[in-house]
Amino acid sequence: MSVAQEMYAPRPSTGEKPFRQPPWAVGPRASDVIWAAAFLTPYIAVLLAFVVYPICFALWLSYDADAYRHLFDYPHYWITMFNTLLMVVVGVNGALFLAFLLSGYFMIPSRWIKGLLVVYMLPWALPSLAAFLSLHWMLIGYGGFMNTALETLFGVDGPIWFDSYGLAMTCNILSYIWKWMPFWTLVFMAGRMAIPQDVYDAAAVDGATGLQRFSYVTVPMLANLYLICTLLFTLWTIGDFDTTYFVSSGSPALTTEVLGTYAFRMMLDWGYVEIGLAGALTALPVTIPLALLLIRRLQATEVQL
Amino acid sequence: MSLTLASDLHRSEPARGPRVRRWLFNAGATGIGVVVLIWTLLPVYNMLLLALSDDPEEFDATIWLHEISFDGFLQIWTGESWYLEHFWRQFGNSIIIGFGTMALTVGIGALASYAIGRLGLRRGWTIGNVSLVIYAVPASFLVIPFARLMHLYGLSDTLFAVIASQVTFALPYAVLILHQYGKLIPLELDESASIDGATPAQIFSKIYLPLMAPALAAVATYSLLLAWNEYLYQFVLLSSDRNMTVAAGINQFFDVDEAPWNYLMSVAVVFSLPPILVYYVLRRYMVAGLTMGGVKG
Repeated sequence: MSVAQEMYAPRPSTGEKPFRQPPWAVGPRASDVIWAAAFLTPYIAVLLAFVVYPICFALWLSYDADAYRHLFDYPHYWITMFNTLLMVVVGVNGALFLAFLLSGYFMIPSRWIKGLLVVYMLPWALPSLAAFLSLHWMLIGYGGFMNTALETLFGVDGPIWFDSYGLAMTCNILSYIWKWMPFWTLVFMAGRMAIPQDVYDAAAVDGATGLQRFSYVTVPMLANLYLICTLLFTLWTIGDFDTTYFVSSGSPALTTEVLGTYAFRMMLDWGYVEIGLAGALTALPVTIPLALLLIRRLQATEVQL
Repeated sequence: MSLTLASDLHRSEPARGPRVRRWLFNAGATGIGVVVLIWTLLPVYNMLLLALSDDPEEFDATIWLHEISFDGFLQIWTGESWYLEHFWRQFGNSIIIGFGTMALTVGIGALASYAIGRLGLRRGWTIGNVSLVIYAVPASFLVIPFARLMHLYGLSDTLFAVIASQVTFALPYAVLILHQYGKLIPLELDESASIDGATPAQIFSKIYLPLMAPALAAVATYSLLLAWNEYLYQFVLLSSDRNMTVAAGINQFFDVDEAPWNYLMSVAVVFSLPPILVYYVLRRYMVAGLTMGGVKG
């Protein structure tokens, strides 16, 4: 990059502003606009055919006051909303906070910890289907690995995990954290590596202790990245399907469902397409502002994930 | 507390403190390491335990296998069991979907990011931005409208329908990454080429694409793995044996009461191997995708 800049930067200035015409003007730039249109066509076509249309279709299908009345009349929907909220509040924040702390741990320059990082990445590399199926059978209760291990190692009779709301929800959330924490740890490690060493050196010269370096350098430098990660991860979590579907699959008695599985069960298992869609789309008043905020943040800071 | 600050400590002081402090530091680091290791490996160990157990009907209530059986993997290889007779076709379909998604995402994304970033469209970036709004509508909510749409387009039960869905959800992210990375390539290169008489198509193929290689690799791995790992759309959009994928095919294990768990877990293990390979071999590119640009400003 710098070579190219050196090559092209000292061009003799003619004192004129760079020649630029509005897109509609006929001129040398018009051909560029045609090219741009040609290059953008496939992208726009995909967006129109597969994004705009299904979203409009979904809105049209769910535009039915009866569907919403049905929706709000049943506790199933409110429990689902509460569980989704729980996933976001506990799952997202738990995973991100632990990932943030662990990213510091994995920066320790030691061969053992580098090796541990390779193992630690495994949940991220595993397809969620395989990982969550394994977690489901690990926690199945009698005969599941967890209870067998508890019995063999500690002589404790493990609970039937998916028979109690609290335990089943805990299993779902912990599984979710297990799957996604490594990814966010890598993101935060990348963020930490991007902090220039000079800043730490300067802080050390000024006599900052480790704790002070953490709270006055690392935290402020990564605050924006942390916010963006929170927004993005919240959006993912609101639509998450795999975790709940495979780990607890809604047990006990469909009380641990989240929006993604609720919509799916309503539409496919029971055939209430309108109600399922209406339920899912009640998340839009939350997700659209989050997405807009995310876009603004991304644009303002050019942080890249 | 000092452990979580570990990186901040070592960054300037190479742990030269008193011996006790250093010992405490190492003990704490080892403790955290052991906890992290157990936490990470429990489900993985359980997966292997089930896949290698020899009883297809029951769980061995044991934490240690006395007899390792490769029956599940053998059945996958030979395809004798009813559950596994289509496995390799499913595997092939998963590969087709993965690479189809990858090719289309990289191709369309590269073209779009070039037009948005480098052809002097003043409002170009908004086009890229607006498409990010689709992440406000989670993919799992749109699966039924999408399935109906595919029926309308006459694409029900085709691999292309799945590829289209995955490309749709991969594209906005791909364009974001490519656009950001493209800012690192000086525009003067394009201008001088165009003074020499190159058309935008030539600039795109001769200058833009080669310089974008790392970002294209990151986007390619991202979309490949997205399509390989996805379950919901494959399950809803595909119905026939001919077009079944590994992920959607796993569902037939749930349709019967006494499914052989060890076969299922063997399938899960074989299904997981390609992505694990990709993650570990191409980790540099994937992390490059994450760090590109790093934390600026």
